[in-house]
Amino acid sequence: MTDLVSYAIRGVPIGCVFALMAVGVVLTYKTSGVFNLAFGAQAFVSAAVYYETRVRHDWPIWLAFLVAVVALGPAIGYVLDRALFRHLRTAPPIARLVTSLGLLVAIPQMVQIWFGNSPAYNPLGIAPDPGRIFRWGEYALDANQVATILVTLLVVAALTVLFRFSALGLRMRAVVESPRMSELTAINADRVGSSAWMMSSFLAGLSGVLLAPLFAQVEANAFFTLLVAAVAAAAFGGLSSIPLTFAGGLALGVLQQVLAGYLPSDSVVSQGLRPALPFLVLFLLLLFWPPLRGIGRAADPLAGVDPPPPAPAATVRSSGMTTMTRVLAVATVAGFVLAALFWFDAFWLLLFTKGLIFGVIFLSITVLTGMGGQVSLSQAAFAGVGAFATGQLVENFGLPVLPTMFLGALVAAVVGAVLAIPALRLDGLYLTLATLAFALMWENVLVPQTWVSSGPLGVDVPRPLVGPVDFTDDRAFLLLCLVVLALVGLLVLLVKRGTTGRYLDALRGSELAAASIGVDRTRARITTFALSAGIAGLGGGLLASQVGRATPTDYVFFLGLFWVVMVVTLGDRSVQAAITAGMSFLLVPELLSRIDLGFLPEILNPADNPAAIASILFGLGALTYAKHPEGILELQTRRSIERVNTWGAALARRRSATVDASDGPDPAVANGPGGPR
Amino acid sequence: MSLLRAEEVSKRFSGLSALDAVSLTVAPGEIVGLIGPNGAGKTTLFNCLYGVLAPDGGRITFDGRDLAGLAVHRRARLGIGRTFQRIELFAGMTVRDHLLVAERARRGDGALWKDLCNRSRPTSDERARADATLGLLGLDDVADRPVESLSLGRGRLVELGRALMIEPRLLLLDEPSSGLDHRETDEMADVLDVVRRERGTAILLVEHDVAMVRRVTSRLYVLDFGQLIADGPTAEVVADARVRQAYLGDTV
Ligand SMILES: Nc1ncnc2c1ncn2[C@@H]1O[C@H](COP(=O)(O)OP(=O)(O)OP(=O)(O)O)[C@@H](O)[C@H]1O
Ligand SMILES: [Mg+2]
Repeated sequence: MTDLVSYAIRGVPIGCVFALMAVGVVLTYKTSGVFNLAFGAQAFVSAAVYYETRVRHDWPIWLAFLVAVVALGPAIGYVLDRALFRHLRTAPPIARLVTSLGLLVAIPQMVQIWFGNSPAYNPLGIAPDPGRIFRWGEYALDANQVATILVTLLVVAALTVLFRFSALGLRMRAVVESPRMSELTAINADRVGSSAWMMSSFLAGLSGVLLAPLFAQVEANAFFTLLVAAVAAAAFGGLSSIPLTFAGGLALGVLQQVLAGYLPSDSVVSQGLRPALPFLVLFLLLLFWPPLRGIGRAADPLAGVDPPPPAPAATVRSSGMTTMTRVLAVATVAGFVLAALFWFDAFWLLLFTKGLIFGVIFLSITVLTGMGGQVSLSQAAFAGVGAFATGQLVENFGLPVLPTMFLGALVAAVVGAVLAIPALRLDGLYLTLATLAFALMWENVLVPQTWVSSGPLGVDVPRPLVGPVDFTDDRAFLLLCLVVLALVGLLVLLVKRGTTGRYLDALRGSELAAASIGVDRTRARITTFALSAGIAGLGGGLLASQVGRATPTDYVFFLGLFWVVMVVTLGDRSVQAAITAGMSFLLVPELLSRIDLGFLPEILNPADNPAAIASILFGLGALTYAKHPEGILELQTRRSIERVNTWGAALARRRSATVDASDGPDPAVANGPGGPR
Repeated sequence: MSLLRAEEVSKRFSGLSALDAVSLTVAPGEIVGLIGPNGAGKTTLFNCLYGVLAPDGGRITFDGRDLAGLAVHRRARLGIGRTFQRIELFAGMTVRDHLLVAERARRGDGALWKDLCNRSRPTSDERARADATLGLLGLDDVADRPVESLSLGRGRLVELGRALMIEPRLLLLDEPSSGLDHRETDEMADVLDVVRRERGTAILLVEHDVAMVRRVTSRLYVLDFGQLIADGPTAEVVADARVRQAYLGDTV
């Protein structure tokens, strides 16, 4: 009994932080409809600033706290609301999700640029005397834990006052019901939105600073992992009840510590179960928790009055131009391949091959996001499943590599299909959260198991050997990748144009109407998930084979987010865009690394920091998604086609004018708008 | 023998009783009207009949089969078609594609392998059936236009056409004439007449336009605050004093 209580008490501080984070997430979700995936990144910002001022510059606690949390937190929230989310209130949910995803990718890198790459060890808490231990009988907490509890109590009191005794709470609820409707009534949605964002971001900063002492160093990834616990708590509150959310956070913290105390620390179960707890809880809540039922479907009564999307470029161009662009595309590809085969040196050859492989992986995002309208945060995990499955099957059963890659893809597809089963019940956002839970569980719980990864160095995946053809030769391997890419591209194209693609178009247009003609949403969704996971798995296997081994670091969670951001920024509707994105994924950092701007400080110089700068560019690029969901490539294509069309029209008019002039005056034409006079 | 039978269907929204023990029947091949003031619960009843909402109580049968727990798309496959009060079209698709995708769904043919063998292009049979419906609705001239470019009236016809493609035995139409002008409303009424006569489709029609209700329906139910307050042959119900007071405001 004493044990239980002391474990539980130890869980209270961390539970408090989970609760604070969860409340922050719910606040903005309730008022602006944005599920802020970047919340963890915001927490990281404040933690980093606090570390920089408190530890590296030795500021007093109160000043560092004031700057990092009280000032910076709300300031970030205000900027995000003013610059971005205020304008997205009536945007489709997927646009809001992609926007926050872009921030999640860009913000940590921006902080890192300022914060520097040297590791920030031993973060300090907010307690003046961290070594001090508070004891009540047999129970004990250290000073930072006590401080965390006190601060949380303070915040709870403040929030309660705000919601009970001010009109703001009521207004917030009205804004959530229908943003458009409350725009029509007197409620100032802008004011409600920005106060919610400021409050939420303050909580993000606060929890970042409170969490930091738990880690050995201040590092962005840790915050995302903990965010899952907060998301689970938010789900417990049905993404709307703040008291329930709070209780959920607290309970989760306590449960985690109690489990940690009771399970023998060396058993396989506890090693697997303990870190997996938040993910499991989130998953189970998403599946079975009644308050979440049907929320995603509650439609804004005034939704659907948006202007129609622009016509795809392909429909505004003439058939002559279509032929021309096709010829040009084939010529470019052929040129590249020939150059790669006969002219590129080993370095560029490898890079180019990798670009092709990422083209394959990115096609999985075209299927899921572009065609299926779902955002998945677990594409890297699917690729990893394919890679490790291939590796283990080859190593343990001595199977030939090339067919095993497809077997690995099949394993990934099955995993994807199982993950899509929540699709029986879940809509958009919840499905995305389920992929988040899965991706982090895969990375933190499954990958460390030796039967998955064979340890941190990974498992060997040799190059294939098919009859006389030995793919250890890089040029042969390039051709193999090209063939696989072409096949997968064709597959995606066929599905897109086929019945499945048209069902998905219908579902994206209106789920209700699609169901009213008998389209089975669940089946369509499981198909897209399985297909997408399979494609990612195939790409993952190919990547492993190129490198020679499947290494956990090649498939980390965060990469998967970056991939999604990249594809949606460039365009998720077409096969070409995915392939271009695959190439850019490797070429952009490579090109950046050649831009040597020596006058900039080292950290801002693309040549010294290409990967971070590329992350920032594409992360911020994703912010254009809300305005141009068709992607930058499609946008530019359409613009240039329109320009060509205008030129063509002008040319035709001038020509007809000269013809008319020689034929004698024709008043109808001569006086027309294009006439010479 | 009635095609659709709802018995004592109830639905509450946190305290508000949107439907209170509503019973109605629709026989094969008849057009039945459902009228009532705004907020009476007409759309809610449709959503319960269609499986978008689960009723809190009562029983709904279609062709003798209990519909409880059946998903929306399964009800569609049983032969219930529907249009929406707030128009629901597939953005970015052409008019013809709306009908073709519905036709494909009717055939229940979505096998992935057919896509992969490039076997899933519309067959000439499917195209012919889509063209016939386009002709019936007078949409031939806009067949290849994206739906966004159509007027609301045309959009409602596309919705009707899409519902007709699944060869429903029962059509649930939620205010098909709202937002249409007189001529378009007349056209819509003509189409409904033809559909009933030539295809024997039963129709349950929610409608505010009394002229249209009088013209096409043979029986009428009146809903007010979630309760049925009258039903019977159209002419009699429209003449009923209570109905005139609750709904028609004594203007007819
Ligand atoms: N999802 C919902 N949640 C809560 N209340 C709802 C919901 N849907 C409808 N209602 C309420 O139920 C009542 C009936 O609404 P319903 O839309 O069925 O009316 P209606 O007869 O179709 O009206 P109208 O003629 O305006 O279309 C209304 O008071 C409405 O506000
Ligand atoms: Mg209605």
